[in-house]
Amino acid sequence: MSVVTDTSVRSEENYRVTRSRRNVAWTGAGALIVVVVLALFPYIVYSGTTSLMVQGFIVVILASMWNLMAGYAGLVSVGQQAFIGLGAYFVLILAQHSLSPFGGLPVAAIGCGVAAVPMWWLVSRLRSGYFAIATWVLATTVMLFIEKFPSIGGGTGMSLPGASGYDPTLLIAYTYWIGLAVTVLALVTVYLLLRGRLGLVLTAIRDDEVAARSSGARVGLARMLVFVVAAVGCGAAGALLALSQLIVQPGAVFTVQWTAKMAFATIIGGLGTIEGPILGAIVYMVLQQTLQSHNAWYLIILGLVAILVALFARRGLWGLIDDRLHIRLFPVGYWLWAPGSAGRRGLGKRGISPRGISPRGISPRGISHRRGGRHS
Amino acid sequence: MQWVNDIIQGILTGGLYALFACGLSLMFGVMKVVNLAHGDLAVIGAYIALGVITVTHVPVLWSFVIVVPIMAVLGYVLQRTLIQAALDRGVLITLLVTFGLSVVIENALLQFINADSHSLGVGNAIITGSFSVGSQIQIAYLLLLIFAVAVVVLLGLQYFLSGSRYGRMIRAVADDQEAAQLSGIDYRHVFGIAAAIAFATVALAGIAYGMYSQFSPTTGTDTILLFAFAAVVIGGLGSLWGTLLGGVVLGVAQQIGAQINQSDQFLAGYIVFLVVLALRPQGLTTRRAQS
Amino acid sequence: MTEPRRADNGNTPLLEVMDLTVHHGQLRALDRVSLRVFPGEVYAIIGANGAGKSTLLRTIAGLHQPTEGSILYDGKNMTKVRPERRATSGIGMVPEGRRLFGSLTVEENLLVGATYARKGPWTIEHVYELFGWMRERRTQRTAQLSGGEQQSVAIGRALVANPRVLLLDELSLGLAPVIVQRIYAMLPQILATGLTVLLVEQDVSQALRVASHLQCLLEGHTTLEGRPADVTPAQVEAAYFGLSQSAPGAVGEGSEP
Repeated sequence: MSVVTDTSVRSEENYRVTRSRRNVAWTGAGALIVVVVLALFPYIVYSGTTSLMVQGFIVVILASMWNLMAGYAGLVSVGQQAFIGLGAYFVLILAQHSLSPFGGLPVAAIGCGVAAVPMWWLVSRLRSGYFAIATWVLATTVMLFIEKFPSIGGGTGMSLPGASGYDPTLLIAYTYWIGLAVTVLALVTVYLLLRGRLGLVLTAIRDDEVAARSSGARVGLARMLVFVVAAVGCGAAGALLALSQLIVQPGAVFTVQWTAKMAFATIIGGLGTIEGPILGAIVYMVLQQTLQSHNAWYLIILGLVAILVALFARRGLWGLIDDRLHIRLFPVGYWLWAPGSAGRRGLGKRGISPRGISPRGISPRGISHRRGGRHS
Repeated sequence: MQWVNDIIQGILTGGLYALFACGLSLMFGVMKVVNLAHGDLAVIGAYIALGVITVTHVPVLWSFVIVVPIMAVLGYVLQRTLIQAALDRGVLITLLVTFGLSVVIENALLQFINADSHSLGVGNAIITGSFSVGSQIQIAYLLLLIFAVAVVVLLGLQYFLSGSRYGRMIRAVADDQEAAQLSGIDYRHVFGIAAAIAFATVALAGIAYGMYSQFSPTTGTDTILLFAFAAVVIGGLGSLWGTLLGGVVLGVAQQIGAQINQSDQFLAGYIVFLVVLALRPQGLTTRRAQS
Repeated sequence: MTEPRRADNGNTPLLEVMDLTVHHGQLRALDRVSLRVFPGEVYAIIGANGAGKSTLLRTIAGLHQPTEGSILYDGKNMTKVRPERRATSGIGMVPEGRRLFGSLTVEENLLVGATYARKGPWTIEHVYELFGWMRERRTQRTAQLSGGEQQSVAIGRALVANPRVLLLDELSLGLAPVIVQRIYAMLPQILATGLTVLLVEQDVSQALRVASHLQCLLEGHTTLEGRPADVTPAQVEAAYFGLSQSAPGAVGEGSEP
C-alpha cells in the first residue's frame, strides 16, 4: 500500500505577489499626460468638437458606473436614468434659485446619492431580474412625479436659467473642463474603491455569497454602497447633461435609452474591467456619429453587437486586448509569481473578472463548474 | 356610485394585465429567466396581427388563430437558441441579452415600420360598445371578453401544469433540472415548450392590448413590461392566480388614480406597487418572504 | 495505476470507466480512475468525504464532463453523450441527497421517472409493492416525507425507468442507521430483476455487507480494489485513510503522486 503524500506544497517565501505585471507608475504618468492634453482641447479644437467630447464624457461616466454595478457587484439596473434625470433637475432647480449652474453639479451628485438610499431600500427586496425591472419602475415613477410640477417645466421641460449670462464658447469650455474633472474623478473613485476592501468584498460575494457572509463581509452594505456611488456618478452625469444641453426635458433625461447606451458601451468595451467602459464609450461615440442620421440604426447595431459580445466575448473589447497583451491600466487584481519565474508568466491571474452567477445558484469558485460540466 | 364603476373597470383591466403577466411569470418560474423583452414581444404579436389582418382581412377577433402559433414557434426557437445560450453563461448574461433584445426589437420596429401608434380596432360590431348595469356602471364588452380570456388562459395553464404529462415535466424541470435529466428529460426541450407557451400568452396579450388601446414600438417597455411586472410582484412571485389578483389591484389603483387626477393614472398604479414592495415584497398571495 | 480487472467468465463489462480524470475548475477531483462493472454485480465505491466518489458517479451519469478518459456502457463510448440520453439508454441514477421534485407528489415523481421508461419489469405498481407504505401516501408532497421515505421515492423514481445499471449515490446520507439497513435490505429484490448496481457509500461496513466488488478512492486515486472476501479490515482502513501499510497481499495498489 502506498503512502499518499503531497509534495506539491512549497515554502511560502518563494512566492511573490504583485499588483500588476508591469510598473503601474508608467500608467499613472501616461494617464496624467492624457488628462493634460485633454484639458487643452478647448484651446485647440472647435466648440463643436468640445461639445461632442462632453457627450463622450457623459457616456464614460455612465458606463463606469453601470460597470461598477453590473460587472463587479452583479447588480443589473435598468433604471439608472432615474438619477440622470434627478441630477439634471437638481441643477435646474438650483439654477432657478440663482445658484450658478456649475455649482449645482456637486449638489446634484450628492443629492442623488442621498436619494439612492431609500430607493435601494425598496428595490433591494428583489433579486436580479426583478430587481432590474424594479429600478425601471422606480425611474418611471420618479419621472411621472416630476412631470407634475409645472414650475420645473411639467411634461415639456424647461431651459436652464442663468446660462445666458455666459459667453457661449466660454460656457462650453467650462462645461468641458467640469466634465473632464468629473470623468477623471469617477474613474479614479472606481479604481480606488475596487482596489481596496470593497473590491475584495465584491469578489468574495460573487464567488460565494454564503461564504462571504459567514466570513463577516457585509454583503448588503457593500451592494448598497455600490448602488449609492453609482447614483452619485449618474447624478453628476445628469447634471453635466443639463449643462451641456441647457434644457431639461423629462422625456429626454428619463428615457431608458440612457441605460441602453451605458449598458451597451460597457458590455462592448468590457464588462468587469475599468478600462472597458472607456473603450466602450469611444466605440459608442464613433458609431453614433457615423450613423447619426439614421437614428434607430446605431442602437440596433449596438444592441446586436452587445448581445454577441455578451455571449461570445464576455470581457468585451478590452478583455480581448488584455488577453493578448496582458495589460492592465488599472490593476485591481493580483499576480502570483512562482519561484524562479522571473517576471515572465505568473501562475495565474486572480484579477476581478465577471462571471455570471450560475443559474443553479452561486457555486464556490474553487470548484466552479458551468452547467453541463464544462469548466470555464 | 362612481367609485363602484371605477372598481369594476379596474377589475376588468386586471384581466388584461394578468394576460400580460402570466408569460413573464411562467418563464421565470420554469427557467429563472426574467425576459426584459417580454413587453416588446407582445408588441410584435400586435404588429403581426395587424399585418395578418391587413393582408388576409380575417376578422380581428380571429387573428389569434394565426398569430398565436407563429409566436409559439418563435418562442421555442428563440429559447433553444439565444436564451439557452445566455442561460448557459449565467443569470447576468441572460439579463443583458434580453435587455439587448428589447432595445433591438424596439428600434428595429421604429426603423422598419414607424413611430406611429396603431390600433387593431375591434372590427366586428358584436363586441363594440358596452352595456349598462344600473345607471352608473358601464361595462365594455371587449374588456369583459379580455377578462374572460385571461381567466380561461390561467385555468388552462393551471390544468396543463398540474394534469398533463408535459406539465409535469415542466414542473419537474423547474424544481430540479439535473434530477430531471437523470430521468431522461432534455431540459432544453422542456424550456422550449415553456417558452412557446409563454410566447403564446404574450401574443394573446398583445392582440388584446391592440384591440383595447393603441400600440407603438415603445409600448412594450412603456406599458406592457412594467405593468406585467407590477402585477406579478403585487400578486406574488410564483403564483399564477396571484398575477390575476395583482393585475386587478393594479387596475383598480389606476382607476382610482385617474379619478383623483386624469394624468395620475399610471403613477397611482406604480405607487401602489411600491407600497406593496415596501410592506410585503413577497406579494399578496405568497405566504413566506422569498429572497 | 490500477491493473485492469480481468473479465469474469469471459463476460464483457456492462459499464467500464477508463483512466477517468475529472476537474472541478482547478481542483482535480478524479485522477485516472478505472473500473469495470459486470452484469448482476453490486460494485461499491467507498472513500472519505471529498475522495471523488460522487464526482465519479455524476460523471458516469453525464452530469459532469471528464477532462480525460472515457466511459463505456455496453461496449459503446458514452463519454460525449448527454445525460438524458444515457438515462434513456439504461443508466439510472439515484442522486446524492435524493433530489426529489419538491413541488410534485410521490406519484408524480414516479410518473416523471417513468416518462421515458424502457421496457422492463419495473412499473409504478411494482414500486408500490416494494415499498409498502407508498401507495397510501402517493398523493402527498415529497417535502412532507421523512428522509428514509424520500430515499425510497428516489429509488423508485429511478427504478420505474427500468435501467440496466443503477447508480446509487450515498444512500445513507442523513439517514438513521436503522433506516439505511432497511433500504439496503431491498437491494436483493432489485437485483433479482436483472439490474446491476454501482453504489457509492461512506458507510464502509454497509458497503462491505452488500458489495460483490469493492473499490476505495482517496483524493481522486484508487487505493484499493477487490472482492470483500479478499480484503482485510486493516487493508480497507489503510486505503480509506491513506495510511502506509506494510501488510502484503493487497489486491490493488494506490498510485504514486
